[in-house]
Amino acid sequence: MTGFIGDWHALAILFVAGVIPNQIWRMLGLWFGGGIDENSELLVWVRAVATAILAGIIAQIVVQPPGALASVPDWLRYSAVAAGFVAFLLARKSIFAGVIVGEVVVIAGKYWLG
Amino acid sequence: MALPSLDSPQWQTSFRAFLWGARSIGATVLTLVLFATYLGIGALAHDSGFSLGWTLASTAFVWAGPAQIIVITTLGSGATVLQSAIAVTVSAIRLFPMVVSVLPLMRTEQTKRRHLILVAHLTAVTLWVECYRFLPQVPRNRRIAFIHGLGLGLVSVCLIANTIGYALAANLTPLLAAGMLMLTPLAFLFSTARNCRELADVIALVLGLLLFPLAAMLNSGVDILVSGVAAGTIAYAVHRARAGIVRARA
Repeated sequence: MTGFIGDWHALAILFVAGVIPNQIWRMLGLWFGGGIDENSELLVWVRAVATAILAGIIAQIVVQPPGALASVPDWLRYSAVAAGFVAFLLARKSIFAGVIVGEVVVIAGKYWLG
Repeated sequence: MALPSLDSPQWQTSFRAFLWGARSIGATVLTLVLFATYLGIGALAHDSGFSLGWTLASTAFVWAGPAQIIVITTLGSGATVLQSAIAVTVSAIRLFPMVVSVLPLMRTEQTKRRHLILVAHLTAVTLWVECYRFLPQVPRNRRIAFIHGLGLGLVSVCLIANTIGYALAANLTPLLAAGMLMLTPLAFLFSTARNCRELADVIALVLGLLLFPLAAMLNSGVDILVSGVAAGTIAYAVHRARAGIVRARA
């Protein structure tokens, strides 16, 4: 069972760094939800920052890839994202089409490079 | 899959409504996207040295893909707990407007705040999108039960995906493991692009992608925060400027 949980210290860190900072916003939304206009200027800014942070995370995985993804050359990872995006647009914003094409490019490209 | 009509006896008990909610996970392509994302998160957690139990706990208690990825990538690359917590806090701000906008859809005069705690916990981008799609077809007094079913169904799918992804990352060839790690950025990029409602959202997405490599040169430990706040604020400024022009013309 120790293998499944790993060490408890890591679990405690998960709560401090992941669970609490995340849940706080949901509970604030539950508490103060009534009085806020979803289209207010403050929420437009909040949504823009949140979207940009999400974009930063996406960029981080592609630019500084973890684990096995690091064995794929830079240009191939960028090409996969670009090809996926073109497919996404051509298929009238289909997430599925974008993911499939991106995956095909990365896997076929890496296979071909050896 | 079609839901029963609003006056159907199928909606007479909360339990039935819960089951209809759980069954609705089969009626959305977003379930597939979530599956792929959490397959990727399982693989990412494995390659970053976290245990399977830790990974499943993060899915059950954090229940927000981006926050989970931030925790895994920042802690995995040696950031401090405080740096991770700050990055997660900022990334999770987007949950606030989601919860605020979703709860009125299911509140009735009898609803107490505590009845909505689990709904608030389950609210993340997928559920938020699906609430707008499904809830008009569900009687108001059964909506909370329906969302509990839908949300817990999605969590279960993701726990299974995590387990599969984790196991595969340990056993796959490097080729397929690389492909699986690529699922996360692709799925997030396109689902975010699809959710862009206004010009500000589009600019935030594009600038957020472009500014991160610059911010990463600072090596501050909170690079994602730096690029995110900068890109988001520029996007907001453009939105304001544009609104000003439209108003001046009118």
